[in-house]
Amino acid sequence: MPQGIRDKVAILGMGCSKFGERWDCGPDDLMVEAYIEAMADAGIEPSQLDAAWFSTHVDEMGTGKGGTPMSIALRLPNIAVTRVENFCASGSEAFRGAVYAVASGAADIAIALGVEKLKDTGYGGLPVANPGTLTPQVMPNGSAPGNFAQLASAYRAKHGVSKDDLKRAIAHVSVKSHANGAKNAKAHLRKAITVDQVLNAPMIAEPLGLFDCCGVSDGAAAAIVTTPEIAKALGKKNLTMVKAIQLSVSNGYESQYNGWDGSHFHTARIAAGKAYKEAGIERPREQISMMEVHDCFSITELVTMEDLFISPEGQGWRDVLDGFYDADGGVPCQIDGGLKCFGHPIGASGLRMLYEMYLQLQGRAGERQLSNPVFGMTHNLGGAPASNVCSVAIIGQEGA
Amino acid sequence: MVGIAAWGAYAPRLRLSRKAVTEANAWVAPNLKAKGKGERSMANWDEDALTMAVEAARDALGPDDNRSQIDALYFASTTAPFADRLNAGVVSAALTLEKTIAASDVTGSQRCGLTALAQALSAVAGGGAKTALVATGEHRKARAASAQELDFGDGAAAFVITENPGAAELLGRGSVTDDFVDHFRGDDGGFDYYWEERWIRDEGIVKLVPPAIKRALEVAGLSASKVDHFCFPSTFSGMAASVAKAVGIKPEAVRDNLAAVMGEAGCAHGPIMLAHALENARENEVILVAQFGQGAEALVFRVTGQGQRPQRGVTGSLADRKEETNYLKFLTFNGLVEWDKGMRAEKDNKTALTTLYRNEDMILGLVGGRCRETGVVQFPRTRISVAPNNPAVDTQEPYRFAERRASILSYSADYLTFSMAPPNHYGMVVFEGGGRIMMDITDVAPGDVETGLPVRMVFRIKEVDEKRGFVRYFWKATPDRAAVAAHSAQAAE
Repeated sequence: MPQGIRDKVAILGMGCSKFGERWDCGPDDLMVEAYIEAMADAGIEPSQLDAAWFSTHVDEMGTGKGGTPMSIALRLPNIAVTRVENFCASGSEAFRGAVYAVASGAADIAIALGVEKLKDTGYGGLPVANPGTLTPQVMPNGSAPGNFAQLASAYRAKHGVSKDDLKRAIAHVSVKSHANGAKNAKAHLRKAITVDQVLNAPMIAEPLGLFDCCGVSDGAAAAIVTTPEIAKALGKKNLTMVKAIQLSVSNGYESQYNGWDGSHFHTARIAAGKAYKEAGIERPREQISMMEVHDCFSITELVTMEDLFISPEGQGWRDVLDGFYDADGGVPCQIDGGLKCFGHPIGASGLRMLYEMYLQLQGRAGERQLSNPVFGMTHNLGGAPASNVCSVAIIGQEGA
Repeated sequence: MVGIAAWGAYAPRLRLSRKAVTEANAWVAPNLKAKGKGERSMANWDEDALTMAVEAARDALGPDDNRSQIDALYFASTTAPFADRLNAGVVSAALTLEKTIAASDVTGSQRCGLTALAQALSAVAGGGAKTALVATGEHRKARAASAQELDFGDGAAAFVITENPGAAELLGRGSVTDDFVDHFRGDDGGFDYYWEERWIRDEGIVKLVPPAIKRALEVAGLSASKVDHFCFPSTFSGMAASVAKAVGIKPEAVRDNLAAVMGEAGCAHGPIMLAHALENARENEVILVAQFGQGAEALVFRVTGQGQRPQRGVTGSLADRKEETNYLKFLTFNGLVEWDKGMRAEKDNKTALTTLYRNEDMILGLVGGRCRETGVVQFPRTRISVAPNNPAVDTQEPYRFAERRASILSYSADYLTFSMAPPNHYGMVVFEGGGRIMMDITDVAPGDVETGLPVRMVFRIKEVDEKRGFVRYFWKATPDRAAVAAHSAQAAE
């Protein structure tokens, strides 16, 4: 095991645009919104930035390819801008690049910014992807909900959970996130909902109904990172430190080899195991103060509770129904509303998750503030259960 | 003696209620009300003449996926998807036949199914081929509120022809060729244009078919009274009986043309009736099959009663049915309704022909790989094996999945994505013996699919590129209803 990233890099500042149907904004405007907040929070000038990482997924729809869209929108001082893309985990990839640059000493201060402009398609849901020339000749003409919904059928079969029980458990996942999102001024969806509303909503992809699916939103988020020494020299106290960043990527085992049972994320378990080791966490259920996970669909969040080793395998649905992940539960999850309600502008989501963990650790989460959080974890997934990339990051108090 | 070694058939599972059609059209075509009886076979949106012919051929060839004995292939249809691309080439690739086979498309007339059969018999008799495969399928389009839409059905039949026939030996062939245009369809891809029924019957069928039959019987050295099964498709009532009477075939030999249960499947219908007769006939009985079309084709066989019986055949195909009473669905599947497919259907379905050819056995033949060292099976075949503990390099041999038993690991019924038959069912299919594929599931309705469901593979249309007129094919999973039934029977015991 390599030495890892623990405590080598501090977060100097963060910013996040209002997420939602931003009919008034193009991707440039969204980037500027997140950037200005992050720069003000960091208290630095553009000339102090050494390098930038820029994440966006659907480039055809939004910004276009390459590093230029970010550099032009923000008038960066001709520094390196690397555009990264790793499905819905792109934002975490931008963060990883910036953190690694600082840890290596190649940059003193680096910025990671993610953006997605999705509401220029003319229809609801994600844009239809361009999958190349071979995939469309063999793969089903599916959708994100249809791919993730398959977790439910396999989970039911593996753990002997009835259709009704699982549907009620995933309904609770969404009800909890709506309750949290209602308290977040930057969130896309801000109405509390009931279990009955979830159960009676129109079907999207069996068994996922409308309220089992996250918002499709426009938005941007940014993080500025540096060394703890520079952060302190700039007058920062109560530092939020990077404890771990791990990424695990499918290699075809799930989709082509008869080993995986379809009920969980093979990569998430690998990434989580490595992240805990990197951060020195041995008892995640007790030590993790709070989480932002990739709740693109309610069933994804439910199985993720087991993949991150917080709930025992096969018991995640019971923990969910017991309120263990509610705002007042053992490990509050999606305290900002999650993808479900804060929204899911793909390239920005990983950074948005970190933004909430950062605010909580800084004690600046307002109405949503949890008491004395020590470790915040983010879980950012891209792709589909059978083939994906999974990022797990842990940030925490200095000295923890 | 040359003849039929094995046969197979296919009828799509959907059966359109004719009453549903005549009732919907009663306002405009009250004259068709009397035709509102029984049902016709109806291709699913992802079926065409080619996919049905492949299914019939698989039925004839059986579950053994080594088909290297086939050295000639004849595909017959008047509704083949391509006017200039060897349709038989697609059939061959789907069946993973050898690249060195001779293959041809036979088309142009309603009798072309029997013509293809006759040509295959001649090729084997003449030594030009040892084992020939004949596959014929038809998916005719008819205008809404026409008589044809009620009379037609969709279906396919296939035969394996060898020198030592197991099922039936050829006794004689007779042909008549005369440019009698009872109907025609130009190359605009439109609809058939028909002349008056009485003229077709009295001047066409009654005068042109009997000489072909007589010639075939003459070659066979048989009198017409020796015919035990007379197969003659016609949508005119009593037509087969009139022809039989004209040539001296006994009335009880005239076989049911399946009009009540499937309709007439064009050029595949003579072959389908022949296949049906083979399923019912006893050893030494004589079958005469004839079909009309710019003259006629007639073939006489003697049943030898051995060889391989199909797993499904006409009888099994007709038994596996689901009634469809939604006439609008039929019109939509046949492209007769301009419907709002939504923005998600706007994606470009242009097919990279280079990619298709490079992956021909994978896409059309469902061929994956098997590691020579570990025996691990996977789809697709790759240079580096997927085996987690032994990613061996360049050890994979081609491995055919199409005839393997499989079951559903996970699935969803997706209402969001575009589908011609929503919700779009798809899921992870795991194969006995190894390998898995995320694939479409077809011929299902909500509630039909669950984890563990046994499935089998079927060759279907994957997507249609309407802009360029190209059809993409791939394999899909469908419930293995025989396995499900066997399983429930076992559970009941």
